Amino acid sequence: MSTAIQSRASQLCTFYLDNQMFGIDVQSVQEVIRYQQMTDIPLAPDSVCGLINLRGQIVTAIELRKRLGLPNRPEGQLPMNVVVRSDDGAVSLLVDQIGDVQESDEENFEPPPETLRGSTRQLIRGAYKMKDRLLLVLDTEKVIDVTSNVE
Amino acid sequence: MSIEDDELIKDFIVESQEHLSDVESQLLTLETQQDGVDVALVNKVFRAVHSIKGAAGFLGFEVLESLAHRGEEVLNRLRNNEMRPTSLVINTLLKATDRLKGLLDSLETSNEQDVTEHIVALERLLNDQSSVAAEPEDGPIIETHETPATKTASTKTTSEVSIGHSPQETESIGSAIHDAAIVSAVDSTIRVDVSLLDTLMTRVGELVLARNQIMQFTSELGNTDLLRTTQRLNLITTELQEGVMKTRMQPIGNVWSKFPRLVRDLAVICGKEVRIEMEGKETELDKTIIEAIKDPLTHLVRNTVDHGIEKPEVRRSIGKPVEGCLTVRAFHEGGQVIIDISDDGAGLNLDRIRSKAIEKGLVSQEQIARMQEQEIAQLIFLPGFSTAEKVSNVSGRGVGMDVVKTNIEKIGGSVDLQTRPGQGTTVKIKIPLTLAIIPALIVTSAGNRFAIPQVNLLELVRLEGEQTTKSIERIQGAPVYRLRGRLLPLVYLRNVLKTNVENETPQDVINIVILRADDRQFGLVVDRINDTEEIVVKPLSKQLKGVAVYSGTTIMGDGKVALILDVLGLAYASQVISKMRDGALIDPSGRAKESDGEPQTLIILGTGTSRRLALPISQVARLEKISKASVEFADHQEVVQYRGKILPLIRLASFLGLESKETAEDELLNVVVYNENQRSFGLVIDKIIDIVETSLQLNHPSTREGLLGSVVIHDRVTDLVDLPAIIRMIDCPLPRHLTANV
Repeated sequence: MSTAIQSRASQLCTFYLDNQMFGIDVQSVQEVIRYQQMTDIPLAPDSVCGLINLRGQIVTAIELRKRLGLPNRPEGQLPMNVVVRSDDGAVSLLVDQIGDVQESDEENFEPPPETLRGSTRQLIRGAYKMKDRLLLVLDTEKVIDVTSNVE
Repeated sequence: MSIEDDELIKDFIVESQEHLSDVESQLLTLETQQDGVDVALVNKVFRAVHSIKGAAGFLGFEVLESLAHRGEEVLNRLRNNEMRPTSLVINTLLKATDRLKGLLDSLETSNEQDVTEHIVALERLLNDQSSVAAEPEDGPIIETHETPATKTASTKTTSEVSIGHSPQETESIGSAIHDAAIVSAVDSTIRVDVSLLDTLMTRVGELVLARNQIMQFTSELGNTDLLRTTQRLNLITTELQEGVMKTRMQPIGNVWSKFPRLVRDLAVICGKEVRIEMEGKETELDKTIIEAIKDPLTHLVRNTVDHGIEKPEVRRSIGKPVEGCLTVRAFHEGGQVIIDISDDGAGLNLDRIRSKAIEKGLVSQEQIARMQEQEIAQLIFLPGFSTAEKVSNVSGRGVGMDVVKTNIEKIGGSVDLQTRPGQGTTVKIKIPLTLAIIPALIVTSAGNRFAIPQVNLLELVRLEGEQTTKSIERIQGAPVYRLRGRLLPLVYLRNVLKTNVENETPQDVINIVILRADDRQFGLVVDRINDTEEIVVKPLSKQLKGVAVYSGTTIMGDGKVALILDVLGLAYASQVISKMRDGALIDPSGRAKESDGEPQTLIILGTGTSRRLALPISQVARLEKISKASVEFADHQEVVQYRGKILPLIRLASFLGLESKETAEDELLNVVVYNENQRSFGLVIDKIIDIVETSLQLNHPSTREGLLGSVVIHDRVTDLVDLPAIIRMIDCPLPRHLTANV
């Protein structure tokens, strides 16, 4: 992060969900950790899947697959935690696999296509056209606000 | 210095010191501005001196006030450019500032100290118009002699307290040591940002958790050296935790300090004479709790003055002292803080409460009639209840007693109200000392651990062997347990949390945690009861705020996270308490009724195969057998001709959604005729089993319309029929019932 401009808009922490590539602003990411044991939360909103003790801090884990309406993770495959900062403390996003930190230029950015389904549409800021695939950029704040649009 | 709060005085000293520390340098800057002063800077000094003057006047330190006042006048001249900041002027002001500091240092004797020379010097500046062009000589002011108290150590100040007193100060001399503490408080206190304390508290909480984990590992390892060190760590952590918790403790007097003024102002508005007495204002509570009870307490005090205490003429006419007395007391009891707010006023107007509650549809006439006076008084805590006949700007702004109750309960407290007509009302509030670290019971359900705050815990019941199947009965599918003859509704934690409901195999052991939520008791069935533990309460994240059954989270000794159950939320979620709290009125604990329940004669009716219903015989006009053939229809309603009138028939079983054993072969219908307001109704029932005399003890208030609740009669669970409610439903039938009737 040499310059402010670079770090602000174009660095994305990327990860994979159901073979799709997603990214969030690297600035909002506190850390990435491997799978942690979770405490179940009966009656919690669908996409909230547990609580993690992160060095004495209690972190709510959100299953991004559920949040984005993707199929469930195959049995036996352990998710990774992308811990993001929020006004309300840290929140962990469960993803399949972690990718690189990507630099992306604005030229290749496009707002979400019209065909994108309703509930997910609000959570996606847009897509970066990478060489071989699309990188969907998530709106971190909306993603962690599970109470706003629970499907 | 009469009954003023020590806390207030301490704050005054600290704040004034802060003001004065800046004033010195500001005055010196002013001295350099001979050609025209910086008005903004003068204003700063002026405001500092002004606020000291104001506070000193308020607290009754007249000498301080008068000195500050003169200084303020001089500053005013400077500000208006009517005076130049000559060294004489600045000098005099500086000396006066020093003297103010001296007075603050020995505040308790400040009213006896002589500041005439400073006042004279300042006045000379004011009168001496020539000072506009004053000579820079130091003049006579320089020769002022400091009184012993001014710049001496606090030890000397203390000694002066015992020597140089005047009669009016005798009472404070009795507490000379106490006063010395105030003086030294200036040097020994610092102001700390609350957020820093909060962070510290969080860290200590984490330390406690880490300690718990280390202790667990240590006991597994069995190394004695390590064990010894761990025990030390344990001790230190506990002390640290207590220490940090203490920093957050504040005397409840901080909230109360506003009451005398509030009461005075309100009394004037209401045309009453009220005196407030406060006891135990040094009782300490966690800051967050202090914040949380501020509004409810203020509301209660306001209510008391507005509604509780009578007008002077009324009081005189009934031989009470003209001046009403409002007493606020706080004290520790059993790890909780109790706050009593009592008055010697008229007490609650129970008749008004009765009619109001019925008028607002909060309770039925029937329910009211059965209530004890103290129960009626509790009605004012119901949502939507306000007896204020006219909405004054004093009380009755939509914030009722229910909000008071809810707010107190939110922090794990409880509210109780006692009233004696003509003698006054007492509201008793119980609150926990702190919210950050609480004792809790750890239970397991469906593999998850949950913490239940001890405040809500009444007792634990363990059922073994054949008890597990025998002693749990069902009322319309709802499980109940007979706890010492009273019916206790049971709630299965698995079911409430919707975890593994299908996996409900009969267990060899049933663990029931008996909980209290909002005057109501219920039994929570859990898989296992683990232990009691001190837990550090952490707030729920935003994502979970909407889940009512949890109140927070915590980290257990093994480092895993557990959820803290919100007992009130559980009670609502499992419908032990309905939103309207209507059932609560029947006094589920049966405390009030147990001893003096009036014997009533009941008709026991049978319906279906095993269900029993009961009706008070006083409500029944006749018992009839009516031939089925005579039943006719009028407006989709079954009716019969009965004594020249049309008698509408209500099929009780289907009305209440119960099964009926009635078969087509039956020629005759059993009908209970009931009269109300010159109208008659016929209840069709399966059979009449018995007529018994019993004292009614409603143990399990029903949430079903048309039933009052359940009682145990002849060792059988029997539902009490609420006839008036049924009639009401007929009068304005709901679609569900319409279809049931036709």
